[in-house]
Amino acid sequence: MDPSRKRKVRFVVALSVAVLLAGALVYTSFSASSEARTPSQLLTASAPGEVYKLTGRVEPGYTRRGTTTHFRVRDRAGKGSVPVTYQGTLPDPFREGREVIVSVRRQGDGFVGERGSLITKCPSKFTAEQSKS
Amino acid sequence: MLIAGKACLILALGTCLYGIAASLYGARSSRREWVASGRRAVYALAGTVALAFAILQAAFLRSDFSFALVASHSSTTTPAFYRATAVWSSQEGSLLLWLLLLSLWSSLILWLTRRRLREIAPYATAVLLGFGAFFASLLVFLETPFTQALPAPLEGVGLNPLLRHPSMMIHPPMLYSGYTLFAVPFAFAIGALVTRRLDANWIRSTRPFTLAAWFFLGVGVILGARWSYSELGWGGYWAWDPVENASLMPWLTGTAFLHSVMIQERRGMLKIWNVSLVLATGVLAILGTFLVRSGILDSIHAFGASTLGVPFLVLIVGMIAGSIALVASRAADLRSEHRLDSLLSRESVFLLNNLVLVALCFVIFWGTFFPLISEAFTGQEASVGPPWFDQYTVPLALILVLLSGVGPVIAWRRATAANLRRNLLKPALAGVLALGVLAALGLAREPGALLMFGLAVFVLGAVGQELWRGVRARRAMAGGGVPSALVSLVRRNRRRYGGYLVHAGVAVLFVGIAASSSFQDEREVLLSPGQSTRVGSYDVTYVKPTADLRAAPNGRLEKIDFGAELAVARDGKPVATMRTVKSYFPSSAPFVGPVSRFFEGEATSEVGLKAGWKRDVWTAIAPDTGALRTRVEEGDRVFSEARLTPAERDALLGQALGGLVRSYADDPPPATFRLIVSPMVTWIWIGALIAFAGGLIALWPAPRGMTSRVSATYAARVGREVRTPARV
Repeated sequence: MDPSRKRKVRFVVALSVAVLLAGALVYTSFSASSEARTPSQLLTASAPGEVYKLTGRVEPGYTRRGTTTHFRVRDRAGKGSVPVTYQGTLPDPFREGREVIVSVRRQGDGFVGERGSLITKCPSKFTAEQSKS
Repeated sequence: MLIAGKACLILALGTCLYGIAASLYGARSSRREWVASGRRAVYALAGTVALAFAILQAAFLRSDFSFALVASHSSTTTPAFYRATAVWSSQEGSLLLWLLLLSLWSSLILWLTRRRLREIAPYATAVLLGFGAFFASLLVFLETPFTQALPAPLEGVGLNPLLRHPSMMIHPPMLYSGYTLFAVPFAFAIGALVTRRLDANWIRSTRPFTLAAWFFLGVGVILGARWSYSELGWGGYWAWDPVENASLMPWLTGTAFLHSVMIQERRGMLKIWNVSLVLATGVLAILGTFLVRSGILDSIHAFGASTLGVPFLVLIVGMIAGSIALVASRAADLRSEHRLDSLLSRESVFLLNNLVLVALCFVIFWGTFFPLISEAFTGQEASVGPPWFDQYTVPLALILVLLSGVGPVIAWRRATAANLRRNLLKPALAGVLALGVLAALGLAREPGALLMFGLAVFVLGAVGQELWRGVRARRAMAGGGVPSALVSLVRRNRRRYGGYLVHAGVAVLFVGIAASSSFQDEREVLLSPGQSTRVGSYDVTYVKPTADLRAAPNGRLEKIDFGAELAVARDGKPVATMRTVKSYFPSSAPFVGPVSRFFEGEATSEVGLKAGWKRDVWTAIAPDTGALRTRVEEGDRVFSEARLTPAERDALLGQALGGLVRSYADDPPPATFRLIVSPMVTWIWIGALIAFAGGLIALWPAPRGMTSRVSATYAARVGREVRTPARV
């Protein structure tokens, strides 16, 4: 094979590998992602057994007993809020009014958080938030 | 003082605009004095911004609460060291720090190149001042740090306690140094493209700055990981958080650039690629600042709420469009001088390493922006978690470590079988041997980690062999002992041996990551005093609770500490006594009762950590404050009904809280503990230290004599090439 042809073949091979990888990336990201839901979205539609990623702010007045925490998550901007029961330790930044993401499953009227799934937004954001208030 | 600060910023903005005009006019009309004046504008910018920063810094140190920023980010109870560093804990302060570092680094490079790169430098000056003008106008118009607090409060809010950690205070200047230093090669690349001076000259001049950017950004990333591990109370060092990713992305493309420029310097190849990489790195550095500062990743909707979103977006789109247009219009000047000779050559290994690094960066980019991508396509915000990231980054990291062993020893142009055998056979055998031994020891259940260990041994072998050969050759020529030969070897070729050390450090770091993420034991358990539990091969006993009410030096109540003393034993033998504490800082929110204020505020963990060569034992407590709730509420009620002078109130509050603290110690409710036994975490920090030491060696300026010798040989070579009729 003459060199220029060889180069072309190599280029095509490399390009198709890159395209394939990018395709896999896109496909897996959509299939592996969990959909984020706001509290009011969960209020209107939620199937029991399904796992949702609930995002919102912690309402004032949560209670802790042993390793169990009961709190309500409120919409960032709306009025809806849902009760969540969470087992396990909470991250330090967890507190009222702070934004959290937690994987939940519906159980009766409330939602049960999956152990270890609760995260708060990175603290470096909080200062920006505070300076606005 | 507020006015003086504000005046400095306005002056800084004016200086930037003048400097841009002067530099561009000077370059267009070839008037040197205007170019020089533009360069001096950068020095002036550094001066005025430093003055503004000093004014703000002084206000923080004096706790001058007439500065709104000081009132909202510092307090008299904040320790002096943290008062000094609280400056950049705020949005405004960190933008000011950004501008300060940009102006300082720009001044340094422009001063160093004042007699070189005469054509490129004015355009680079204009670009750097353009960044300066952008940040200065943000500070003047949108986020001014010099706002007056009316009326000035008696006490400030205080620095977020989570940020009171030494590494968190050094981390932002490091990151920002990295980001702003990447602006330097970006600016010079633009200058080179505009003037079509696309040889390796500008690369050579800005190379130390690229390396310094790489160094500082890397240190910043590692400090952030260290802080997360020891302060955040979750026991990990990396979570693929957008803020972490933002700093990692430019570091990855910067690393790629540092490698691929060697090919351009040596062989005149990959010019388009290099220019694109350095431009992308510059954009990613700005994007990193943008991600952290604008809050865009909370949601597209949060974007509009942020004052910084739109200006940053305009800047980034402008940078990308300008870069693409410039590269496209200069494509003809960017043609390679040579072609790749063979797939088995250092060039192609470097190219592959570049592709892997860029792929890593792309994976992280996609994952970081996925919430926005998904919201744009499906209307539903969704996100990908660490497992998704790991699925791609683990194999890419494995390839990367493999290449870091092959790259330094494979021949340029075309590697022969003899070359490969000579340089790779022994390290490869060592790697395979390590793989076999570790697999026999039962590590095969984690194939990814096992493979990483084998590859790391291979890299260390390759680097060690190379060093050993160098030392032997040096001794044969100059005599002397091994240490002196090693020192003179490294001194003679800092770039090369510094690079080797970086590779060795990275291999060690990856061993730490692989071991600690694959072979970790973790438990979360509710214990009463006296009870014990087992985690890994350790028995952990909750010996007794600790409780403390702490006051700042000026007598104000600072925090409540609830903690535990833990006895750690292995095979029945005591290993360590560990203490872990959770600190509760009072909330400054209005309408919270005076007692419950202490339990509604920020809480931080003091992790109990026993770090070791083999493994870390990591413990954190989450006390159950729910049991105190009735007493807290009663306290709130009593205080709201009582009529007291502030002094009486403070004294009584101290007593009440003291009582609460004692009652916790006397009758402790069961507490939740998070216990982690994580192997080889220490090696992550050690590996990073080795890599940064390598970076420093490569960065250290060579003595004058040596550079002139190198440039003399270079000039001689150019002379030879010019005389021989070159292929055109």
